Amino acid sequence: MTVNGKSYERLVEARMMLADFLRGELDLTGTHLGCEHGVCGACTILLNGEAVRSCLLLAVQADGAELLTVEGLAQGNELHPLQKAFHERHALQCGFCTPGFLMTAFAFLKETPNPTEAQVREAISGNLCRCTGYLPIVQAILQAASEPGEISSKSVSTPPARRL
Amino acid sequence: MPLMNLRLARPKVIIDINRLSKLSSISAGPNGGLVIGALTRQRAIERSATVKERNPLLAAAMPLIAHFQIRNRGTIGGSLAHADPAAELPAVSVILGAEFVLQSARGERVVRAEDFFVDIMTTAIKPDELLTEIRIPGWRPGLGWAIDEVSRRRGDFAMVGVAALVQIDANESCQEARIALFGVGAKPVRVPRAEGMLRGKAPDQKTLLEIAKSVSDELDPDSDVHASAEYRKEVGGVLTRRALEKALLRAREGKK
Repeated sequence: MTVNGKSYERLVEARMMLADFLRGELDLTGTHLGCEHGVCGACTILLNGEAVRSCLLLAVQADGAELLTVEGLAQGNELHPLQKAFHERHALQCGFCTPGFLMTAFAFLKETPNPTEAQVREAISGNLCRCTGYLPIVQAILQAASEPGEISSKSVSTPPARRL
Repeated sequence: MPLMNLRLARPKVIIDINRLSKLSSISAGPNGGLVIGALTRQRAIERSATVKERNPLLAAAMPLIAHFQIRNRGTIGGSLAHADPAAELPAVSVILGAEFVLQSARGERVVRAEDFFVDIMTTAIKPDELLTEIRIPGWRPGLGWAIDEVSRRRGDFAMVGVAALVQIDANESCQEARIALFGVGAKPVRVPRAEGMLRGKAPDQKTLLEIAKSVSDELDPDSDVHASAEYRKEVGGVLTRRALEKALLRAREGKK
């Protein structure tokens, strides 16, 4: 599979979850595991361009797929506009849920580049945050959306991201 | 997958059918109907112009199913075969009169939606069978529809939900009404008494309130951590009334 533009080949047990594979086998620990049954959204990643729960997929199901995880958003030290907006708006406190929110927002803005606040709220309804009260997260996503350029091509380090 | 993560299911063997691309398709069926492959993603149905044009009730049900990250992977066949009592698609398929194609090495058989759901997470699928196709009859002129649910958050499992279809004639009298509630029983719950109260009538607000009361009485839900039985009965009646108001309005608008 390809993760953040880099190709990986591993032999794993059929029962291994994709999230565990990313964290344990590829050492990409930015993807977090919260509820492990699809409710909290912390493990959200992009699989062939679509936001999915990596806790509800087996690693073997992603054989040959193109994945984007939170590690693929920034370009070197240059944060992705979404990350920058989260930082500026204090849209995170403990940070546990943040990777899931970022990947959800990334997929959402790709499809809805100029969202209303209500659309943003609906888009993040599948992600839980227990620190912020959501308001700064909504504001951060709206701020990132208001910046010029397409969100999916904004400094994403992976070339395949353009094909997402 | 959640059932396995929670160790509620411990299958010895899992067969991944995700790469059977032939099972993923949406096509126009006979007489304005729809034929949908079991492996079609919920998100694809949500985005489908064919579905929107041919079946507004099915189209409206899709965004109610969980969150978009779940619908990106979730399939119509998966949801129907899983048969969660709180799920939207089983109830919708029952009132739409959908038919399910089950295939096995022995051959193929077709089961009607109302015979398909047996109990909590239990369907008519035999161990050697695979749900391959969902056939939905054509939309008829004069049909009005509505679907609504109450959940803790947008996208959560419905504590109570209802899908309704009404057919009215030229005098705006209701020829047929089909109502299925979800989250209030082991499988989609029809309310025959309420459906009967609508037949042959152009219901006014008073009749609709009586129907709401009847639905609340007719329902026999369980209590669980999400909601009490009393709450589900009460909300089931209210939601049904609201759904019928919407469905009747749509049916009348469709007539014009």
